[in-house]
Amino acid sequence: MTVLIQAENLTRILPETVPVTLVKDVSLSIKEKEFVAVTGPSGSGKSSLLYLLGLLDHPTTGTLTIDGKDTGPMGETERARTRLAMLGFVFQFHFLLPEFTARENVEIPMRKLGKLSRTQMHDRATALLVSLGLEGHLDKRPDQLSGGQRQRVAVARSLANDPPIVLADEPTGSLDTKNSEQVFHILETLVREHGKTVVAVTHDVDLAARMDRQIHLVDGRIAMS
Amino acid sequence: MRLILDLAITHIAGRGRQTLVAIIGVAVGVGFSVAMAALMQGGQDDFVEQLINTMPHVQITDEHRTPPRQPAEEVFDTAVISGLRPREDRRGIINPTAALTWLNGWVPGRLAQSLKTQGIIRYSSRDVGATIIGVDPEIEQGVSPIVDDFREGSFASLKAGGNNVLIGDTMAARLGAGLGDTITAVSSIGLSRNFKIVGLFHTGTTARDEGEAYVLLKNAQVLSERANAINEIRIKLNDPNAAPTVAHRAEAELGYKAVAWQEANEAILEALVVRNIIMYTVVAAIMLVAGFGIFNIISTITHEKARDIAILKSLGFREHDMRRLFLLEGVAIGTAGSAAGWVLGFLLVYALAQVRFELAATGQEMTRLPIAWSFLHYLLAAAFALASAAVAGYLPARRAAKLNPVDIIRGAT
Repeated sequence: MTVLIQAENLTRILPETVPVTLVKDVSLSIKEKEFVAVTGPSGSGKSSLLYLLGLLDHPTTGTLTIDGKDTGPMGETERARTRLAMLGFVFQFHFLLPEFTARENVEIPMRKLGKLSRTQMHDRATALLVSLGLEGHLDKRPDQLSGGQRQRVAVARSLANDPPIVLADEPTGSLDTKNSEQVFHILETLVREHGKTVVAVTHDVDLAARMDRQIHLVDGRIAMS
Repeated sequence: MRLILDLAITHIAGRGRQTLVAIIGVAVGVGFSVAMAALMQGGQDDFVEQLINTMPHVQITDEHRTPPRQPAEEVFDTAVISGLRPREDRRGIINPTAALTWLNGWVPGRLAQSLKTQGIIRYSSRDVGATIIGVDPEIEQGVSPIVDDFREGSFASLKAGGNNVLIGDTMAARLGAGLGDTITAVSSIGLSRNFKIVGLFHTGTTARDEGEAYVLLKNAQVLSERANAINEIRIKLNDPNAAPTVAHRAEAELGYKAVAWQEANEAILEALVVRNIIMYTVVAAIMLVAGFGIFNIISTITHEKARDIAILKSLGFREHDMRRLFLLEGVAIGTAGSAAGWVLGFLLVYALAQVRFELAATGQEMTRLPIAWSFLHYLLAAAFALASAAVAGYLPARRAAKLNPVDIIRGAT
């Protein structure tokens, strides 16, 4: 299987008065259709690693390759373009735009990419939301949805441009057991049935155990993979 | 662009009351700027129009800008001559017929010659110093606005010939004379002649109403003992703006000083420029204040929407998009304010145009405020508003664009 994400000695140090090391010498490779859990205690650098893999943050040292392209020399525009087309994000808190409806939130990445017509975007957003069980909530704003529904809208949004990679930061962290199970099932389906690569940061040992592989971080270093 | 616009409108619509206050701030700025510009421009236009109507556009007199060069100066480099006076100073435009014929050949307008001399008007043991102006009434009425300023009698009465005189009503009042009375004009060389008052004019300019007397050119020439002499040619042009060019050419050819109305009123016109600078400075200050309102709201939005900025960046929006988004919000407020300001400005200008009053003290009636209706005022005010809105929006937009999404996401979680 093709390697989609390849990291070599990734290190992220915050340049504070006393420099803080978030991620230290992390090397990993993630193949397509892999369902990978990033685990570890609080402050171990799980989210920081995810932000580096998602091109939201710059490594202090090390190299990162996504779909065969070295991200080091990429400028801001190319990084943004890669995020838009190659990566989907799901955060612990849904992070939907509060003034827009569920469907409009899902349409935003598509409108930004600009590959589909207005009708096609509308249809795709509807299809994604319906496939995640939100058929009755398409035109509701986030404040009119439950926590689980919001998170499913966030998942739908991450899939808007059909990216090969979905990065999830504690996607079930703010949900109850039932909703956690639902969201996990959706992510699993993405891998098993739709061929996506999902990298999810989680505290939940049980959920992590059900994924293909676990990357365990301690103090910013990989302790077990 | 449409997406950015949708996001911008959603943001500012989400802060309805604050947005409304900012829009009103810009609208008031634009509206009052338009009204002030209309009033000041109107006053200026009215003033310049009066200036153009009351005085000749080009005035050629028998003076020279520089004294004629003396033979000694031509021969010696170091010759200095001062205080030189001719034995007999016979002033006046030499060969006036040729000069008038030449001018008539190319000047696009009307011209009239006259002889001005200083003298005294005497009536019933009262004396008033006056400028006695000899004119040809047939051609004078094409150049002088005084023709329409008669309280009693008329300018045409001078055409009848004989020893007739037209004087200002203020001079008549000082002399105690009236229409039909006979006054005595005494010239500066001591010659005197009786004239019958056939018209009393009122121009509104005290110096003229009190100190000018119009007689036939022949009579003025007799009074000053200068047969066929003239010392002034006044030109009314079809296009007053062509005055400097005409004056320059006339002076170059005739050698006499030719003064365009712009040169004669240079100080006043400069004062008008200064006044305009002051006006636009005030307009800029108003817009600056309005700009603070916009800055305030955009800053608040960027602060409140920090999380949205992080979301949008994580979705693939660039710094440039963020900058454009918030800049657009500022410009949108500026545009809405400008549109509302145009309506307000139009209503204010319309209201000012309805104001009526009388200036009874001078005897002049001024029924309306002078207002200039110009679309340029609207464009300038809107341009000022949009520029200040753009600057006010740009500063927080730049800050928003530089926000690190990771910092915001960490803060939120």
